[in-house]
Amino acid sequence: MERYQGKGVYGAVAYGRISVFKRQDIQVKRERTDDPAAELVRLEAAKAIAADQLREIYEKALKEIGETNAQIFEIHMMMIEDEDYNEAIVEMINSQQVNAEYAVAVTGDNFAEMFSSMDDSYMQARSADVKDISNRIIACLAGAGTDVKSSDEKVVICVDDLAPSETVSLDKEKVLAFVTANGSSNSHTAILARNMNIPAIIGLGEEFLGRIHDGDMAVVNGFTGEFLLNPDEKTVIAVEKKRAEEQEKRELLQKLKGKENVTIDGRRINIFANIGSLENIGAVLLNDAGGIGLFRSEFIYLESSDYPTEEEQFRIYKRVLESMAGKKVIIRTLDIGADKQCSYFGLKKEDNPALGLRAIRLCLSRPEIFETQLRALYRASLYGNLGIMFPMITSVSEVEEILKRCDSVKAELSACGIEYSDNVELGIMIETPAAAIISDLLAPLVDFFSIGTNDLIQYTLACDRQNPDVEQFCSTHHEAVLRLIEMSAENAHKYGSWIGICGELAADTSLTETFLRMGIDELSVSPSFVLKVRDAVRNTNLSGGKT
Amino acid sequence: MRKFEYTIKDELGIHARPAGLLVKAVKALDSEVSITKGEKTVSCAKLMAVMGLGVKQGDTVTITVNGGDEAASESAVKDFLTANL
Repeated sequence: MERYQGKGVYGAVAYGRISVFKRQDIQVKRERTDDPAAELVRLEAAKAIAADQLREIYEKALKEIGETNAQIFEIHMMMIEDEDYNEAIVEMINSQQVNAEYAVAVTGDNFAEMFSSMDDSYMQARSADVKDISNRIIACLAGAGTDVKSSDEKVVICVDDLAPSETVSLDKEKVLAFVTANGSSNSHTAILARNMNIPAIIGLGEEFLGRIHDGDMAVVNGFTGEFLLNPDEKTVIAVEKKRAEEQEKRELLQKLKGKENVTIDGRRINIFANIGSLENIGAVLLNDAGGIGLFRSEFIYLESSDYPTEEEQFRIYKRVLESMAGKKVIIRTLDIGADKQCSYFGLKKEDNPALGLRAIRLCLSRPEIFETQLRALYRASLYGNLGIMFPMITSVSEVEEILKRCDSVKAELSACGIEYSDNVELGIMIETPAAAIISDLLAPLVDFFSIGTNDLIQYTLACDRQNPDVEQFCSTHHEAVLRLIEMSAENAHKYGSWIGICGELAADTSLTETFLRMGIDELSVSPSFVLKVRDAVRNTNLSGGKT
Repeated sequence: MRKFEYTIKDELGIHARPAGLLVKAVKALDSEVSITKGEKTVSCAKLMAVMGLGVKQGDTVTITVNGGDEAASESAVKDFLTANL
């Protein structure tokens, strides 16, 4: 069994036989022609066929993935008719007396290059569209199709990268999953896969292509991005179990969707979701979460090769706020350190990054990074119900400093005539013992607390959670941790703040009753756990003694 | 010849879809319509050229309408921009 890691773009699991997607690979050679006029006739004929194919794909896409997503193929049809593109091809055939294939290939590359050199990631991704149409015309010139070979059973399609038109052209009845070596989550392919509900992994790296063969078996885990080649029997059984669990979850979903998070005796609680990228918003809505309790903003920095601009961040925050349509969205400011960092930050290597310059410490020592993020957040605040949360707090002075910076960012925006919402809630993570112990001093300063149980456990019990040798000393239900949570909850309520839990412990249903008794107001969990926790809440009865 | 300026409000700028719609709309008119951003001017009938301008939210572009029923074309383009961008 071999393991490869990519990025899951649609959460589902599949197990099946591999089919390697082969294009009829057309080698384009430069050939001289004595009859450019004949080449032009061939070109026109090929374009007409290409246009017909695209019209068919567009119709198919319209039915399968809806008008918004199908529109890209209308764009492809228009690109084929684009005057500049066509003039360049015709000019090349005439002046250089070359074959049509070569002229299309070179022109396609030139236009693709123009897009990929633009300073906008969206436009850069459009170079794939130009290549897609150029390859289509070349295939039509050669009289070849690009469709996948037919097979009788459902297969796992493996390919370097799928052009959007290829993705739609696949016969869905025959596709179990698809995995690609390249591809970005911004690509149409990723978007289309999500819309077609096909388990998919992108970005597995070129190496895996050399290792697979038609007929090999594979497990595709679209949740984790894990691809297992020729899995052993034990793994296959585990996968089948996972699929059965999925089925069970779907049934739970049907039963619990739209129901309230209320205990038998009438106590209500919010159940929100934790997400780490825009792609998870679908899962948040699908699982009926009441809001987003933790939006990890790190991905914006980790997926970037330089500091993300205010504008880039603004667009992302605005989108998540709009998608949640007025439901609470709590965005956590940058939480990285020496263990999880981007090279452009130029952070020094630390012997003990867990105790180092990380999260809010990094933000306060690099105010320009922090203020850019705050400006983007406040600007986006107009588009929904925003809360901002600050990680790794240990002292009152840090919180005071943060509030000062928020005020100065707001004053700057006002001075520039830029609007923002006055209803942005500010909160802090309680994830160090220090913050929990002085929660009575911190609560009056903020609107809410959110307990980050993962770090709180690690710092309270002095246990590295990544180190399996100390696992037996790292009891997640340790009384010290529970007391710190209870203490924080009491202090939050004493000063009129609310308190949530956003660490992994929030999804531990053996503690749901304990948390409810402590007075926790919100539990924020992975989207797929929302309904499980809802189920636990609805089966809890707080009246009478502790059970 | 008629000219007017327009500031793009769409958060994605003139991306593929609206560029396609713009080209379609302009091709239906009997005037030549061009779009200028900074130093660069391209015909609104050319999809890839319009996309290649990389017009973003907040950018101000100049639209020039030439020939045909200029008044009608100008108002058609204006309506299109207001509705889509």
